[in-house]
Amino acid sequence: MDGGEKGVRLALVGFVSLIALVPMLRLLWEGVAPAGSPDLSIVIETWTRSATLRALRNTLVTGIGGTLLALILGTGFALLVALTDIRAKAALVFSFILPLVIAPQVTAFAWMQAFGPNSPLLGALGLAPPLGTRNPLVGPGGIILLLGLHHAPLVFLAVRAGLRLVPRDLVEAAQAAGAAPMTILRTVILPLLGPALAAGTGLSFVSAIGNFGIPALLGIPGGYTVLVTLVYQRLAGFGPRVLPEVAAIGLGLAALAIIGLAVQRWRIRRDDVRVVSLAATTPGWRLGTWRPVVEASVWVFMGLILVLPFAALIATSIVPAIGVELTWERMTFSHYAYVLWDYAAARRAFVNSFVLAGLAAAVLMMAAVPLAVLADWRRSRAIGFLAIAAEFPYALPGVVLAIAMILVLLKPLPIINLSLYNTVWIIFAAYLARFLTLAWRPVSAGLAQVDRSLEEAAQGAGASFIFRLRTVIYPLLAPAAVAGAIIVFLTAFNELTVSALLWSSGAETLGVVLFSLDQSGESTGAAAIAVLTVIATLALMGVGAALGRRLPQGVLPWRP
Amino acid sequence: MATVSLATVSRRFAAGSAAVDAVDLDVRHGEFLAVLGPSGSGKTTLLRLVAGFERPDAGRITIGDRIVADGPLFVPPEARRIGMVFQSYALWPHMDVRRNVGYPLAVQGITGAAYADRVAKALNAVGLTGYETRRPAELSGGQRQRVALARCLVMEPAVVLLDEPLANLDVHLRALLQAEFTAFHRATGATMIYVTHDQTEALGLADRVAVMDQGRIVQLASPEELYRAPLTPMVARFVGRGAVIPAIVHTVHNGRADVEVLGRRAQLRVAPDQATGAALVCLRPEDLAVGTNGPVARVARKAFQGSHVAIEARLDGAVLPMHLGPDQAAALGDTVGIDIRDGWVIPARD
Repeated sequence: MDGGEKGVRLALVGFVSLIALVPMLRLLWEGVAPAGSPDLSIVIETWTRSATLRALRNTLVTGIGGTLLALILGTGFALLVALTDIRAKAALVFSFILPLVIAPQVTAFAWMQAFGPNSPLLGALGLAPPLGTRNPLVGPGGIILLLGLHHAPLVFLAVRAGLRLVPRDLVEAAQAAGAAPMTILRTVILPLLGPALAAGTGLSFVSAIGNFGIPALLGIPGGYTVLVTLVYQRLAGFGPRVLPEVAAIGLGLAALAIIGLAVQRWRIRRDDVRVVSLAATTPGWRLGTWRPVVEASVWVFMGLILVLPFAALIATSIVPAIGVELTWERMTFSHYAYVLWDYAAARRAFVNSFVLAGLAAAVLMMAAVPLAVLADWRRSRAIGFLAIAAEFPYALPGVVLAIAMILVLLKPLPIINLSLYNTVWIIFAAYLARFLTLAWRPVSAGLAQVDRSLEEAAQGAGASFIFRLRTVIYPLLAPAAVAGAIIVFLTAFNELTVSALLWSSGAETLGVVLFSLDQSGESTGAAAIAVLTVIATLALMGVGAALGRRLPQGVLPWRP
Repeated sequence: MATVSLATVSRRFAAGSAAVDAVDLDVRHGEFLAVLGPSGSGKTTLLRLVAGFERPDAGRITIGDRIVADGPLFVPPEARRIGMVFQSYALWPHMDVRRNVGYPLAVQGITGAAYADRVAKALNAVGLTGYETRRPAELSGGQRQRVALARCLVMEPAVVLLDEPLANLDVHLRALLQAEFTAFHRATGATMIYVTHDQTEALGLADRVAVMDQGRIVQLASPEELYRAPLTPMVARFVGRGAVIPAIVHTVHNGRADVEVLGRRAQLRVAPDQATGAALVCLRPEDLAVGTNGPVARVARKAFQGSHVAIEARLDGAVLPMHLGPDQAAALGDTVGIDIRDGWVIPARD
């Protein structure tokens, strides 16, 4: 190990410890010893309050309900696409995955436009609920529906990955034994999918209980509070003095997520049906005369979950005012002009979100390559440990990380005596912590495909670690690193959960502006912002797809 | 040019026994040394220890007059000035041939005319002039290995390490590149350590061959000596595929021993300090001939080899490899008399 490598290793250990490990430990400390000595009174007091318990119950109801819906939709769709001869699979998969890539608050907002009393589309058909009534999606039912739709792609991806491990000969052996497709599904395929279903379910549950956008838009108006929105309301209402209390709520939420992940792990381990896969099963079971019917229903479903809400979203963004019937003559782009030029907070938010997401993607992309090399090739214990530590800020609900960041950065930083609280940089620090693992994973997958002797040859030629990084390692891992950067950018750009707790005037993100415009009833402006973020998201997915052929399979979720 | 020497060097991996176990080895100035052994014998680990990709758990490694590994002292590979040729060639796919070959120069900060000149010379030496702008993916296996050689050549290393460089090539290319390695060695005069599991490569190329087994060097000798006088039964079997047969040594006199083997008396070559009593002997095809009054064996296998017919004769559980000339005929199942003309009493047991 040369001096350069030692330096890089030390810098990375410091970086990851500071952004990922320190905040989480600080939060834990706040929970068990708020005044410096062990004291659980605040935790106990918070968790015996009826408001907290009601929020917990609501979190469990919507979390479990949404997960069940996601499980049914995701599994059914994965089986349909992988096992039958349904046509246009690539287009179906893309449409099904899309809700995952679009920010939940955008989806929730779009659905509210589509089914509310002011729905320009339902209004045109005379089907809209009467004016003045509450939006039918507000409340637990709507939250469960949208959580289910938003997380169904997670289950789909897990099940599809599981199906790729089911060897063809196992299915063919069952067929040769005389089993009909439904019997094979029940007796061979589904049992082998156990771990994949557990993985998808666990992931979907943890995401659902940590989701902010959907319960914020669909819960707050009806007074239906979950733990995440409770934290938001307490902090927004009372400021940093309720930190000990929200830290206790955050720890409870983290515990819930950890239980979910632990159950998932246990279920995956329990029946280790690891199989040596030569060729994956693609039986192409014939739907026969049912095929047109099945295809039509699937596409109607896609229309319902994609076209209808987003058509409503676009319609809202181009009507002159809410409640006005949309016609060709009245169509206007003034709301776009408003959010892009006239409304200062929105203009700032565009800049902030672009810069924050771009910087986070760039920094994490640069860090991920040496991190992966040191963890996977050098087997550095410290970095290997930090790889696990870096999973927590992403796996745990975003509000947990946000509370931890406030705790760490509320007081001015030591030595330089500068406070990041109430600046855009606290959001940046939180993004680095939250999305590090998203940048790291694809690089690690890419590294597994690189022959180590490529680095050793450079080493033998006399190149130092820094020189090797620059001339050999970065160029070889560039596609995977860029894929990671795109995923980080997309996620950060659409992010609301973390910034909802950390934003301040002048440091708004697009998610925050969309949310506050919606809260203050300015739906047209909110719709314009939502449309613009969807366009930016789709454009970036296009860039990713263009890069796709040079990437390991499974790095970009929306690629088949 | 430099010597390479290892003194009681060991390398243990987390599980199991030592991959390299207290090895002593002195490679001479400008020598071509082959390290030969079955897979898992520790030969690649030995090479990686010299290169610096592995750090020894014990012992001292010296290159030239410089200690590169000894206790806490450890010189990393990039500071050892060694050339390495990999089994996988290890060409960087994102660089063209010129940049691959010129990389060691770029590392040293050499640019401009000196860079172009030295890269051109190295490419000329391996016969790849005109391929400067090709990418590795556009080259054949043999061309890729030549680029790797040129990359090694350009840095004018004192020591060149080759890790099974021909393992991924077909038989015809192997023979061609073996000749190029010999020329390369003669032209540069570099000390070369060549790791292989292929005995014909090792015997054909090297000045001396070190045979490795289970992390230790069991014999270090010239190819001729290795073939004629293997020290252990493992070397006798592994090099030249000799038959190893139990025997009794009766008397030793003047480099010859009177040995009872296969129920007959025979005069075999022997080490001067060989004790009498039970021993193992190594019999090679050229030591045996079809005779009339020797022990009788049965032909169990037969393969036409062009200049001769190779047969396996079985006798009391012993399997004897023999060559039959074009005028001799034997069918499977026939019995033949065996004449033991020569052989070697193996000094040690495994």
